[in-house]
Amino acid sequence: MTSPAPDAPQSGWGRPVGTLRQFVVKTAVMAELEIRKLSHDPTELLLRAVQPALWLLIFGEVFTRVRAIPTGPLPYLDYMAPGILAQSVLFIAIFYGIAIIWERDLGIVQKLLVSPTPRTALVLGKAISAGIRGVSAAIIIYGLAMALGVRVNGQLGAIIALLVSVMLGAACFSTLSLIIACVVKTRERFMGIGQILTMPLFFASSALYPIALMPRWLQIVACVNPLTYEVDALRALMLRGGTSVCGLGTDFTVLLGVTIGLVMIAGRLYPHVVT
Amino acid sequence: MNGESDQRMAIVEIESLKRSFGSTVAVDALNLSIDAGDVFGLLGPNGAGKTTTIKILTTLLRPTAGQARVAGYDVVRQAGEVRRAIGYVPQLLSADGSLTGYENLLMFTKLYDVPRNDRSPRIAHAVTLMGLGEAAGKLVRTYSGGMIRRLEIAQSMLHRPQVLFLDEPTVGLDPSARRTVWEYVTRLRRTHEMTIFLTTHLMEEAERLCTTIAIMHRGRLVARGTPARLKASLQRQDATLDDVFIHYTDGMEGGSYHDVSRARRTAKRLG
Repeated sequence: MTSPAPDAPQSGWGRPVGTLRQFVVKTAVMAELEIRKLSHDPTELLLRAVQPALWLLIFGEVFTRVRAIPTGPLPYLDYMAPGILAQSVLFIAIFYGIAIIWERDLGIVQKLLVSPTPRTALVLGKAISAGIRGVSAAIIIYGLAMALGVRVNGQLGAIIALLVSVMLGAACFSTLSLIIACVVKTRERFMGIGQILTMPLFFASSALYPIALMPRWLQIVACVNPLTYEVDALRALMLRGGTSVCGLGTDFTVLLGVTIGLVMIAGRLYPHVVT
Repeated sequence: MNGESDQRMAIVEIESLKRSFGSTVAVDALNLSIDAGDVFGLLGPNGAGKTTTIKILTTLLRPTAGQARVAGYDVVRQAGEVRRAIGYVPQLLSADGSLTGYENLLMFTKLYDVPRNDRSPRIAHAVTLMGLGEAAGKLVRTYSGGMIRRLEIAQSMLHRPQVLFLDEPTVGLDPSARRTVWEYVTRLRRTHEMTIFLTTHLMEEAERLCTTIAIMHRGRLVARGTPARLKASLQRQDATLDDVFIHYTDGMEGGSYHDVSRARRTAKRLG
């Protein structure tokens, strides 16, 4: 047992193909690790569904009666259901950074950083785990919406596309959250910034009302807000006869592009969370 | 250790290493070389720069100046190679409480590219060597502090590192758990001829485990040698390592608020 076994595919390290392979393999390992953690405590997934349920039941029911918001042919509850799905994806994802700070305080992040794992794989593994939580929220909200009489689209293709867009949205906002955690480094500051961010992200999007209702300046904010594209895709895919304002191609391109950019930034910043 | 050759190579080489945080200099012009196969103990009061040194050697921190090589690789320019050659047990508890002991081990064999066929035998070997047995199937959050430490050591040796870094391996453990960890580290050293680099401020720990020790004070190395030679250097009858420590660190009381609060937090988790 004296010789250090040549486990490492040393030759591949540093070469583009070897690096890409490392990235894919290690991302899968990190995702597996997160899934194993979730499977030991699935109650957390159910608890996450309480808040969106309350929004739909209380806010949704009242505003459907008021008819204050022009949503075309759609009942307000139908209009809002995809918005609430986007909201729960946002809420699940935006506090992901705090888990990193917590794991940093425990020493878990340090040990992962000392392992030969590409930093972007560490980040993307977390993003995928946020995506899985998002998907479980989507399933619950689907059921809830159906029970409340929302006319949801049951086509398999639309459901799959919806789950993909949920995963993309969760990956996007969880990575944003990770970046914030790497910059602010402490739990207290993170909570402050997380709360400051969540409100404009949510209300400057079409989650609860059409963008056309907003003043001009807020419309501009909504246009650069990734959540707007998330909501737009969800509304087109979730509802029977649902339509997209921006076009599904644009929605997916924006979400994918922003996510890739954020993962690359987060990969560079990640090591700083331990210094 | 039998059969060690006389010409041992240096497996850790540190040259004029410096690291500062703002205006405080944590490590200052450090020179150090450690032979392969040694159990090397880095001692010093809190805040002497021990953890900073270990963080630089394990690629977690970049040095401000100077250089360091581990297993022949530069810690800055060849960080990837260094990471494959070392194992690391941080001062904080790093095993994942929401996974079982077995899962903690399995995920690390995957992260370190241990070949698929070697995974089970290596995990089984590590579990036996560290005396984890039945507990491997349980969630780590049900483990005692000493068991978590042993699991972490098991985790860090799965890829057969050339150098194992232990940052204060028994901080916060009660005396009997501490003794068990020492036994297991000794056992590990006997069965796998790896170099061990540990930091501690327990003189008993250094005396039990280390073949060579060095004392760090205010970011600099102030003494180095075998425990016996350092004791002899005081030229006093029945000098203990405690005396050596106090002699070389001017009996300075170290430790910032941050250090103390971190040590207490670890101790609390080990409960």
